[in-house]
Amino acid sequence: MLNRRTFCLGLGSAMLAAPTAALALNEASASKLIDSLITDINKAIGSGKSEAALFRDFEKIFKRYSDTSYIAAYAMGADGRRATSAQKKAFSKAFQGYMSRKYGSRFREFIGGRLEVTGVKKVKKWYEVSTVAYLQGQSPFEVTFQVSDRSGKDLFFNMYIEGVNLLLTERTEIGAMLDRRGGDIDAMIADLKKTS
Amino acid sequence: MKLHLRPIFAPFLLSAAVLLSACAAQSPESRAAGEIFDPHENTNRSIHNFNRGVDRYAFRPASKGYVSVVPPDLVQAFNNFAVNISMPGQAVNLLLQGKPKQSGIALSRFVVNTIFGIGGLGDPSSDFNIAYIDTDFGETLHVWGVEEGAYVELPFYGPSTARDSVGVVVDFFTNPITFARQNPADNIGVYSEIVRRMGDRGTYSDTIDAILYESADSYAQARQIFLQNRRFQLGEAGAITEVDPFELDTEGF
Repeated sequence: MLNRRTFCLGLGSAMLAAPTAALALNEASASKLIDSLITDINKAIGSGKSEAALFRDFEKIFKRYSDTSYIAAYAMGADGRRATSAQKKAFSKAFQGYMSRKYGSRFREFIGGRLEVTGVKKVKKWYEVSTVAYLQGQSPFEVTFQVSDRSGKDLFFNMYIEGVNLLLTERTEIGAMLDRRGGDIDAMIADLKKTS
Repeated sequence: MKLHLRPIFAPFLLSAAVLLSACAAQSPESRAAGEIFDPHENTNRSIHNFNRGVDRYAFRPASKGYVSVVPPDLVQAFNNFAVNISMPGQAVNLLLQGKPKQSGIALSRFVVNTIFGIGGLGDPSSDFNIAYIDTDFGETLHVWGVEEGAYVELPFYGPSTARDSVGVVVDFFTNPITFARQNPADNIGVYSEIVRRMGDRGTYSDTIDAILYESADSYAQARQIFLQNRRFQLGEAGAITEVDPFELDTEGF
């Protein structure tokens, strides 16, 4: 009897505890996310794979650690409101490939370098994880990741390099690509697939 | 070091003052929203195209040649030299900003690096953990409460703001080194700055190429990146309101 009660009690508290453990975003879990992101990036760079294979790895890392739907929606900005759901889906996919190629080719600069988490703080409903990048032959610079559990999972949704907002930069770029095509979303998506 | 102000200084100060007062002001609301204030966009875009031409045909090839011929350590040494020679000017700016302690640090950097760093080619100050200093008259104006003003792209120089372009002119004409009687070479500060910029252009070649030649609108990209980075340096970035990630409609993406 006693055994069963403790068992039930244990099960009950485990069931209660499980969702909170999985959902609650806090300082520790936010910085842990960035830590393992950094570890995965370093592992990929250190693997000595070909550039094409590395880009595929980065695309996987990008998918696993970042809030891809938020990032795509932000990058499209106000134009996202007139996009059909098929266009949104196609854009999201093309955008992930584009980001992996664009930033993946730059990750080579990380070889022999390191990223150190220096602090984490809560801002409204999300967390900011501050890191310092030490790259070979460059003075150290600040990289800040923003982490939220908006999607139900802890994911990073933006990063700042020395104050430069990555998403805002990409929104400007997507906006310019749309302007060049006279606002044609399909043409912009086709261009995005070709852009390195 | 005796200061000797050349008569040429007066008209430049005057033109700086005109430039400052002539610029239209941005509304506080759009400033708070972190919006870009670019009333001279057409002129800026022509200057941007000019600068891009200069970069493509002269500055980029020269810089790439420079960093491929000159070993990285020497590039770093010339870089150190240019930074060191700007230290007395930075010390003046820090005094003007009401930061005497930091001003002292700038001066000790200059003394230490000049004496123990072979005239500033080395950077022993950093080895001795003397704090890093990086300021300019644009920052002094910011401390004095001058608004950022309009975005401008300066010929040969690149992205700037109305406030910072005044800073560039004033820094150029107030660096004590430039006016020292025993100036080892005329305009040594300018030449070393050009060499430093070549080193940076060559070293960060991929980053700059991506902005200038691979983006859909290099003008808009350069403007966006410059303004954010500059506001970050001056500690003004906090004024920008964040988008709440929970409020963006991500349906379908």
